[in-house]
Amino acid sequence: MTTTTERPRVGTIGLPVDRVDGPLKVTGAATYAADTKVEHALYAVMVQSTISRGRIREIDERAARAVAGVVEVLTYKNAPRITPTGIDFAVPTVFVEGGLMPLQTDDVRYWGQHVAAVIATTFEAARTAAARLAIAYDAHEPELALDDRARARMQRVEAFFGRPLNVERGDVDAAFASATTIVDATYTTPAETHNALEPSATVAIWHGDGLTVYDSTQWVKGAQLTLAHFFDLAPARVRVISPFMGGGFGSKGWLWPNTVIASMAAKATNKPVKLVIDRAQFFTTNGHRPQTEQRLRVAASADGTLTGLTQDVLTRTGRAGDFQEPCGLVSKSLYAIPNLRLTHHTVALDIPTPTAMRAPGEAPGTFALESALDEVAAALQIDPVELRVRNHADVDPDSGLPWSSKHLLECYSEGARRFGWAERTPAPRSMRDGNELIGYGMATATYPALASGAEVRVVTLDGGRVRVECATHDLGTGMYTIATQVAAEVLGLPLDRVEVLIGDSRYPRAPVAGGSQSTASVIPPLARACEDLRKLAGGSLEHAPAGLEAVAASGSDHDKATFAYASFGAHFCEVRYDEDLARVRVTRVTGVYDCGRILNPKTARSQMAGGIIMGLGMALMEETLRDPRSGAVTNNSLADYHVPVNADIPPIDVAFVEYPDLRFNALGVRGVGEIGITGVAAAVANAVYHASGRRVRDLPILPERLL
Amino acid sequence: MTEDGVRVSLRINGAQHEVDLVPETTLLDAVRNVAGLTGTKKGCDRGQCGACTVLVDGRRVLSCLTLAVMHAGAEVTTIEGLASGGELHPLQQAFIEHDAFQCGYCTSGQIMSAAGLLAEGGALDAAAIREGMSGNICRCGAYPNIVDAIVAVAERGR
Repeated sequence: MTTTTERPRVGTIGLPVDRVDGPLKVTGAATYAADTKVEHALYAVMVQSTISRGRIREIDERAARAVAGVVEVLTYKNAPRITPTGIDFAVPTVFVEGGLMPLQTDDVRYWGQHVAAVIATTFEAARTAAARLAIAYDAHEPELALDDRARARMQRVEAFFGRPLNVERGDVDAAFASATTIVDATYTTPAETHNALEPSATVAIWHGDGLTVYDSTQWVKGAQLTLAHFFDLAPARVRVISPFMGGGFGSKGWLWPNTVIASMAAKATNKPVKLVIDRAQFFTTNGHRPQTEQRLRVAASADGTLTGLTQDVLTRTGRAGDFQEPCGLVSKSLYAIPNLRLTHHTVALDIPTPTAMRAPGEAPGTFALESALDEVAAALQIDPVELRVRNHADVDPDSGLPWSSKHLLECYSEGARRFGWAERTPAPRSMRDGNELIGYGMATATYPALASGAEVRVVTLDGGRVRVECATHDLGTGMYTIATQVAAEVLGLPLDRVEVLIGDSRYPRAPVAGGSQSTASVIPPLARACEDLRKLAGGSLEHAPAGLEAVAASGSDHDKATFAYASFGAHFCEVRYDEDLARVRVTRVTGVYDCGRILNPKTARSQMAGGIIMGLGMALMEETLRDPRSGAVTNNSLADYHVPVNADIPPIDVAFVEYPDLRFNALGVRGVGEIGITGVAAAVANAVYHASGRRVRDLPILPERLL
Repeated sequence: MTEDGVRVSLRINGAQHEVDLVPETTLLDAVRNVAGLTGTKKGCDRGQCGACTVLVDGRRVLSCLTLAVMHAGAEVTTIEGLASGGELHPLQQAFIEHDAFQCGYCTSGQIMSAAGLLAEGGALDAAAIREGMSGNICRCGAYPNIVDAIVAVAERGR
């Protein structure tokens, strides 16, 4: 292992250091956006549409304005005008709902669209008045179902962030013509809502022609640029601050209307405004994982060699934003399948705007692919692990490039050993304990290794302290802690002499905290800046004067023309199935991962367990339901949309095979945010099949699907 | 203040707060917006997530599901009142050691709920803790670590 410092290792990189922000979080002192204390702030409460398609005919504000304490009612009629932008993710001023500028039009594109903001001196007054706002609509029949009429106008989707989606290699038809076994099955996944525990919140303050926004966001820099565009300001006049945020999972990656409307409200009232959307609103205005339908055909020879794969993906999107779920991407590279054809199509409906949710594409994609492989294994009577080992991709079958660092085979063997996979008897319904059938299932996990440009500044302070500044984020991922560990180690300082400041657009640039890319984007330049600072201080920071500064940007750390980069893992899962009740309980899970070097095993393991747990929710309970006629979300609460609770969660065993990926960057780090959810739903479905003999291809695996 | 306001005397973390509010103000909104103690979080405002859990006279209560005016004279303890004399409460320390949180948004409610569970004598074993803590959602999925942290404190107390 190499480090960026030549001195003997004295630091804490790789050790399970407690979170440095732990004391703030356990005492309630960590300030989330809605906790921002601003004198004389007004409260805004949102009102949402109650139709899925049509126009606002009339707004009667009289009863709302009559509520004592109401200051303003903002609708499309009087909201400040903004400069429109689009949905093009390639431009920095992207607006994920770029087809519909907030509060600028009477046009309604989905049920639960923000149509008014009521602003008052107290939250209670704003809430009361919001309930009294009377809005009449000219409603049109919405298109909500993926029926034949909708399918007839489906459109091909070409790429996901520049990565081609419709790929063909080899001779697919010949492969299927000569196959001994063909699995042909369609898998569906429902719409899911992120349901971060913190509903999106904003405090917006105008000072002259400048705007300061405390926002729950995964990307202060992106929010800054898009807000500057909307309000026709130089980016330097907009400051976005988000030192802590209460979970995102993709729902706070791009700017959403609530932040824009809070800024409009503050402008219109000339007062600071706090806007917190409520739980029900969070289901429609801050994205969701779109429903997917995937038909997979897998061709195999008698020895289990996969010879062909076709995957036809159909997803739903909205009419205000057109995000797509790229389910097939994962199939391009996961196995050495010589003949392959992937297609992606979409249908726009009158539904809210979908967005990235933890492992967009990979999460539903691995459900389908890893379920299909289990079906192949069952058909050929080959052990599911063995089938995957036989089809291991020694090089990236998509690009033909060697992997920078891949240890998936060890994840399989180590996972199987830890889990006790050898105890599994192959036949379905062959393992029983009393009244319960027991099933073992497994699936491969994978997520690409991504990194984007970032810049880090380190500055010496009085008293031998050093400050690290970067506009990156800690979503609960542990960034504060790993940044502190790496800076302290490179600088040769104890942890408590390093102060990490992130989540503020005033700091040097960082990419969105999404795509599991923050560690690989931010930590290598952080280490370089610290190295430079140490040199600048003459080799020791012990007695360095205040005011020394070093800045480093991430360069071309990884050579995309020579190697392919990805993380891998394996999930093993045990379920117990009570046939009388059609009840499935997951009783233990093992995950073993190859994610490069692990900077802090404590926080990394927590993220993996969290990914697995969200995957268990995806497998067994999560589903956003819409009324088929009105489009209303019928389960828009945490009582009705089920997420895992403590009693649902079994012991979870997480381990890493640790091989620093030094071709990816000098520290050998990849990312750990999303891989934990990939493959989990398939591992559960495969275990359910093993326990019950029932193959469930439609998530979530509810009791009625097993009856 | 609206014309319908009432004056309520709330005792929060040992300090007296004389506050004016409308009767429909929840205890959660009074604690956060009037008393200015923002450690207690709003996750759903419907009693479904547990982020707003506080202790009222030692019992865990969902502060979003009860009105402030109903608790005049009661002793309300929020996350800010749990540590004493600069020392973290054993649960706070155990949550850090066991990494029982990620984003931290549910953490105040988890810790207050755990304090209530311990006081109820309900933290008998890991299974009982899982059940007893199931009113507190953690979307980051720190559940196994939350159980470990509470087990550690419960064992020390035995």
